[in-house]
Amino acid sequence: MGALLRLLFYGVLVRTVVLIVLGLNVRHRQRLPAKGPAILAANHNSHLDAMALISLLPLRLLPRVRPVAAADYFLRNRWLAWFALKVVGIVPLNRQRQHEQDDLLAPVAAALERGDILIFFPEGSRGEPEQLAEFKSGLARIAERRPDVPVIPVYTYGLGKALPKGEWMIVPFFVDIFVGEALRFDGDRTAYMARYRSAMAALALEEKHSDWS
Amino acid sequence: MKLPQLWVPDNVLWVLAAIVAVLLVASLIVAVMRRGDSTGKHAELAARVKSWWALVAIFALAISFRRGIAIAFFALLSFLALKEYLSLIPTRRADRRVLFWAYLCVPLQYWWIWQQWYNMFLIFIPVWAFLFIAMRMVLRGETHEFLRAAGTIHWGLMTMVFGLSHLAYLLVLGDGAKVAVHGAALLLFVVLLTELNDVLQYVWGRTLGRHKALESVSPKKTVEGLLGGALSTTLVSVALAPLLTPLSRTDAIAVGLMIGFGGFIGDVTISAVKRDIGVKDSGSLIPGHGGILDRIDSLLFTAPLFFHFLMYFYF
Repeated sequence: MGALLRLLFYGVLVRTVVLIVLGLNVRHRQRLPAKGPAILAANHNSHLDAMALISLLPLRLLPRVRPVAAADYFLRNRWLAWFALKVVGIVPLNRQRQHEQDDLLAPVAAALERGDILIFFPEGSRGEPEQLAEFKSGLARIAERRPDVPVIPVYTYGLGKALPKGEWMIVPFFVDIFVGEALRFDGDRTAYMARYRSAMAALALEEKHSDWS
Repeated sequence: MKLPQLWVPDNVLWVLAAIVAVLLVASLIVAVMRRGDSTGKHAELAARVKSWWALVAIFALAISFRRGIAIAFFALLSFLALKEYLSLIPTRRADRRVLFWAYLCVPLQYWWIWQQWYNMFLIFIPVWAFLFIAMRMVLRGETHEFLRAAGTIHWGLMTMVFGLSHLAYLLVLGDGAKVAVHGAALLLFVVLLTELNDVLQYVWGRTLGRHKALESVSPKKTVEGLLGGALSTTLVSVALAPLLTPLSRTDAIAVGLMIGFGGFIGDVTISAVKRDIGVKDSGSLIPGHGGILDRIDSLLFTAPLFFHFLMYFYF
C-alpha cells in the first residue's frame, strides 16, 4: 500500500509538476549514481528540492531513494508524519541531541547500510530563497563513517523562486540542476567540507543566475 | 479500426508531406557530410536536423486532429515560452504572486480565441492585463525597481502570449468569412515560411555571408544572409500562397518580404534580450537549437504581422 502510494506520488504527481509546472535544465546527468548506497548533497531552498532531485533518478531506484529530513518538522503531527514516512519516504533526523550519548546520524548510517540513495541538505534548513547558507559539518561526519559511499554535490537554482519558505502556492519557473563529481573522504573533516563548498561554488558559477530579492 | 477523423484539409496534408520530404533530403545531406569525418564538427548541425524531425512531428500532430487540440497546443507553447522568459529575466521577490497572474493570462487569452471573441482577444493583454498587473504590483507596495519589473513582465505578456496567440486566432479566421479558406492552412503557411526563412537566412549567410548585419546584437548575421533569405522566402511564398491562402500574387510577394524581414527582426530582438541578460541560449529544451525562445523568436514578429495583414485586406 505504502509502496504503491509512493509510486503514484513520485511517478505521477511529482513528475507531472516537475515536467509541466517547473521544467528542469539538468547538466552532467551522467554523474548521478546508478545504484546505492550514495548521497546527493544539495543546497536547500524549498520543499520542492527533494522532489526535483528524486525525479532525476529512474523509478526503478525509487524504493531505494529517501530524503533525509528534520524529525522535529516532519513528524510534528500524526498526519504529516504518516505522509512524510509512508509517501515521501523520509529518513527522519533529529537536529538536537536529547542526551549526551545520542547518535544523531544513526538513522542515516542505517539507511546507507541498507544501500539507500539519500538526498541530503547540508545547510540543515531552507533559509532565504536562492541564497546559500552555511554548510554544516554533518555531511563530513557521515562521510567519515562511510568513506566508501560516494557523495555527489548537486547545485539547484530556481526551486526557491517556485516555492519559497512560508509560501503555499507554486509559481512556475525553469529550474537549473547542475550535478558535480563524486567526493571521497580523505581523513580530514574540515578539508572535506572545504572541498564540498568549492565544488558547489564551481557548479553555481556554471550559469549566470540573477539575484532574487 | 477506424482512424480518427482529421480536421485539416488535403492541401495542408500535402504540404506537411512535402516538409517531410525536404527533411529526408536534409538528413541525407548531413549524413553524407558526416561520413568519414571523425572530428564531430557537424554534430550540432546533425542535432539540429534531428530536432527538426521532432518539431515537425509535434506540430503536425498538434494541428491535424481538432481545432481545440491545436488551440490548446499553442496555449501550452505560450506558457512554456513565458516560463522560459520569466525564468531568464531578473524578477523581484515581491512579484512572485504577480507572476502567477501573468501566467493566468495564458489560458484566458486562448479561451477568448476558442470563443472567437475577437475584440477581447485584441484588448485583453494590451489593456486589461496591462492595467491589472500594474495594479497588483502597486498594491504590493514595493517601489524599488518598479518600472523595470512592470515593463519586463508586460513585455513578456505582449510577446509570448499576445504575439504568439495570433497563430491560434488564424485557426478560427475561416469561420463565416467571405473567402473560402481553412485556418490550419493559414497557420501552416506563416509558420512554415517563418521557420524556412530562419533556415534560408542561415544557409545564405554561411555560404555567401561577407558583410555583417547588426554585429553588436548578433555577430553571425550578415546582409547576404538577410537578403538571400528574405528573397528566397518570398519565392516560396509566391509558390505556396495559391495552395494555402487567399493571397493574390502581389500580396504574396508583400507577405513573403514581410516574413523575411520581420522574422529577422524577431530573431535579433530575442538576441538583444539574451545579450542584455548575459546568456547565449534561452534554455536547453531543444537539442541543437537551445530553448523555446531560440526557436520561436522570429514568430513573435511574423505571426502578428501576417495576421493583421490578412485581417486588413481579406477579412
